[in-house]
Amino acid sequence: MKTPSGSPIIQVAARGLVPVIQIIGLYVFFHGHYSPGGGFQGGVLLAASILLARLSLGTEVSQLLFPARKTIIFSALGALIFAGTGLAALLAGGHFLNYEFLPLPGLEPAELRNWGILIIESGVTLTVMTSLIAIYDEIIGC
Amino acid sequence: MLELIEGYYAYFFLILLFLIGLYGMMIKRNLMKKIFGMSIVQTSVILFWITSAFKENATVTVFDPGIGLENPDLYLNPLPHTLMLTAIVVAVVTLGVSFALIIAIYRNYGTLDEPRLLERTR
Amino acid sequence: MAAAAGLPPRGDLHAPAHLLVNPAGAPVAGAYYIQHAYKHAGTPNIVTVVLADYRGFDTLGETLVVFTGAISVLFILRRRRP
Repeated sequence: MKTPSGSPIIQVAARGLVPVIQIIGLYVFFHGHYSPGGGFQGGVLLAASILLARLSLGTEVSQLLFPARKTIIFSALGALIFAGTGLAALLAGGHFLNYEFLPLPGLEPAELRNWGILIIESGVTLTVMTSLIAIYDEIIGC
Repeated sequence: MLELIEGYYAYFFLILLFLIGLYGMMIKRNLMKKIFGMSIVQTSVILFWITSAFKENATVTVFDPGIGLENPDLYLNPLPHTLMLTAIVVAVVTLGVSFALIIAIYRNYGTLDEPRLLERTR
Repeated sequence: MAAAAGLPPRGDLHAPAHLLVNPAGAPVAGAYYIQHAYKHAGTPNIVTVVLADYRGFDTLGETLVVFTGAISVLFILRRRRP
């Protein structure tokens, strides 16, 4: 909400929970190669942590956590990372989004695919997180 | 008869869920409730795909060195999971856009009731 | 209800989507992904490999859908400057 919540219980609980949710989100994102998880889920968890701060601590304070006017820029940046990875593979001689041809030296094709998946998942995470925050911000009107 | 219930009960519940959502979309007059119905329909379709990915005595689709990759009957089918992962995110964004449209409608007309809305737009 | 009775029962190993080779003789996508994903990408999670590698173009379109949704909400709800 626009004004911070009056109850001290909610304030203390939110202050404690936000970093924990962020760490779980980063874990889910980086561990998506080895267990259920990945870009979307990590992005949604990161967005949930910031939306919890917006709801409980007020929009004024939570601007310090993630400013509202930069969300669309980061969202475009995430989509650009994704498309740019595909274009880099295209310009290096392969098909679009074929990570075997990424211009990273000294890696096997399987490892190259591994790293390509990590790069585009980071783009997806950035886009999903900032888009959800942008949608919420416009609905609440801040 | 017991075999029929054992093999198909998930489908019956999912059809029931689909019909509940369709009822909400068609009969209710409030636009918000129509969107809830749309969400229920989406959920039922997603659960239907996930049900179609299930195999007896199979594990999750993460490579386990103790099982190996030769026999695909030991892993669940990964394709419906992947497609529904995309569908869930698109559903969330669809919900966000429809809520934004509803807020814009409420700001302009002051109501969400469909017959009253049609009267006021006239 | 009548259509559901024509579907393969839940958990059936012989459903057409779970076979190794379909009746026409071509490999089926699900079993192919399971057998080749770790070899191709070196990543244990098969769903991640299918999502980001084999079907990367789908995921690109999906990311663009999310981005377009955010922009459309911004244009619908942003109040005009007085």
